[in-house]
Amino acid sequence: MQNRAAVTIFVILLLIVPTIAFSSYHLFQLTMVVVYAVAILGMAILVGFNGQISLGHGAFYAIGAYTTAILMSSWDVPYWATLPVSAVICAGFGFLIGLPALRLAGHYLALTTFALAVAVPQVLKHKLFEDWTGGVQGLVIDKPDAPFDLKLSSDQWLYLFSLCVAIVMYVLAWNLVRGRIGRAMRAIRDHATAAEAMGINLAMVKTRTFAVSAMYTGIAGSLGAIAVAFVAPDSFSVFLSITLFVGLCAGGAASIGGTIVGAIFIEFVPNLADQVSKAAPGAVYGVILIAMLFLMPMGAGGFLARIWRKLPWSASSVTGQPRIAAAGHDGDLDIDLPSPIARADRVPVGGGEQAKP
Amino acid sequence: MEGLIHQIISGIATGGIYASVALALVMIYQATHHINFAQGEMATFSTYIALTFINMGMPYWVAFIAAVVVSFIIGLLIERILIRPMTNAPILSAVGVFVGLLLIINSLSGWFFDYTIKQFPSPFPDKALWGGFISGHQLGSTGITLAVLLAVYLFFRHTSLGLAMRAAALNPVSSRLVGVRVGWMLALGWGLAAAIGSVAGCMVAPVVFLDPNMMAGILLYAFAGALLGGIDSPLGAVLGGFAVGIIENLGGAYVVGTELKLTLALVIIVCVLTVRPAGLMGRAVQSRV
Repeated sequence: MQNRAAVTIFVILLLIVPTIAFSSYHLFQLTMVVVYAVAILGMAILVGFNGQISLGHGAFYAIGAYTTAILMSSWDVPYWATLPVSAVICAGFGFLIGLPALRLAGHYLALTTFALAVAVPQVLKHKLFEDWTGGVQGLVIDKPDAPFDLKLSSDQWLYLFSLCVAIVMYVLAWNLVRGRIGRAMRAIRDHATAAEAMGINLAMVKTRTFAVSAMYTGIAGSLGAIAVAFVAPDSFSVFLSITLFVGLCAGGAASIGGTIVGAIFIEFVPNLADQVSKAAPGAVYGVILIAMLFLMPMGAGGFLARIWRKLPWSASSVTGQPRIAAAGHDGDLDIDLPSPIARADRVPVGGGEQAKP
Repeated sequence: MEGLIHQIISGIATGGIYASVALALVMIYQATHHINFAQGEMATFSTYIALTFINMGMPYWVAFIAAVVVSFIIGLLIERILIRPMTNAPILSAVGVFVGLLLIINSLSGWFFDYTIKQFPSPFPDKALWGGFISGHQLGSTGITLAVLLAVYLFFRHTSLGLAMRAAALNPVSSRLVGVRVGWMLALGWGLAAAIGSVAGCMVAPVVFLDPNMMAGILLYAFAGALLGGIDSPLGAVLGGFAVGIIENLGGAYVVGTELKLTLALVIIVCVLTVRPAGLMGRAVQSRV
């Protein structure tokens, strides 16, 4: 309960303080952090919790962004109403790509999604869709103003709007991965055959996880398009997919809190590294990615969660005995798999819900 | 009709490049069961090294061979330093290391040799042969590619080192028991793959011009070729590479247009993996649960 109160206070501070105190450029950066966090959260659901490696989530981000941009520029749909549409469209695409993904494991899926990411800008530029997508030039959309005569600049309003959407998405994701379906997802990741033997419908869970994941990243794409007020094919190159992947690994693949760390990382590190040289962001990404995989395989999220667990006031040291039982119960399926992604999400962070049978 | 023949011949010429890169991918896949996402960037970097040697005043072929040797050493070092510790890591970590490698080598290319598009010389005469069906460079690069493929085949088939490398890839435990130094064999495999990639880079650079992202598309076609032929079959990968070259050229000319050529690679990859995951010449893998 204490934890929940602390989180609530933290969220309220997050809503108020930057809106009042930050300049519009810093607010824009924070908005992009929120956007990337939701996109990486989508990847974490698929890669971290379900074990399907995707290097092509930039594609879903692009689909979400273009859905919003096309709806706003061609049909004058209000920006908030484009989110559900792009959620549905991206979930549909995710489901479709999840079907062949059923037959592809591990490296092959990474390879196929990588190919998808490389192909996306070409498809967006193609003349068949040029009337909608604006071809190479892309589309410019209007930045929305604050509604209800609120005394807020559009940057302030966009930050609040994106943050509220993100909070809803995080609460839903949290409940999803802690619940029955989340356990099924993790069981498939850790041992597909055993999961199937326990009555989990592999095809159903995997394709729907893909759909949910694509939906998250697509909504992030929509939010990103609204915040940047511009979409063009070359902003969705393979580098975007790789950036999201780097954020995912930096934060910790199977850690919901880690996605925020990952998002902060990919938003601010390139800005810092850019001052050194044009080549530096890529090199810094690469070096940090490899260093993280060697030194902190659970990512920053897993690392912070481990420290959190050791603090005297954290839930695990209060409840003590039941916590071990809970960990044992949750860990049955991945007992013989020393994989870091199998470990990271077993770190108890919540207020003790898991201990109940 | 003439156009068709022309397309097929230039398809074979580019197919040779894809075949080399596909072969490099297959060598690494056979040895370590990893797909090397950084293969294309490694080849680009090697091509830059060759260009540096040429600009230093070396004759073309000396620079070429020097670049191949340097690439071999770089490949060896990458395996020893970065890939070895990942032997038993989960797939996500392995993919992460390869993606990190891709980013680092790409940035290093840009850092050392800057991002401007450069011309790369071709050692072959620039004139049309055989009634204009093929250019001197196309013929020469196809010849070099075939020579490399033949050399690799002879090496693996008829030398004891090649045999040891095949054994180490196929059954590491038993190989170690009969005295093969498995770790070094895998490292050698990486070095060879990097060397083959550098040849492909030098052969393709005069056509597509040299910039740090030169190989991104080529890598994709090489993936498609390797999968089409079967990722665990070197011969299959080579034939697959040539096939993809021809499919790409014909498809680009007659079916989808040049704008969607990369999407064609995606379609080939998805089709092969869903219809026949083992590829045309690969073996289906069965694993005990």
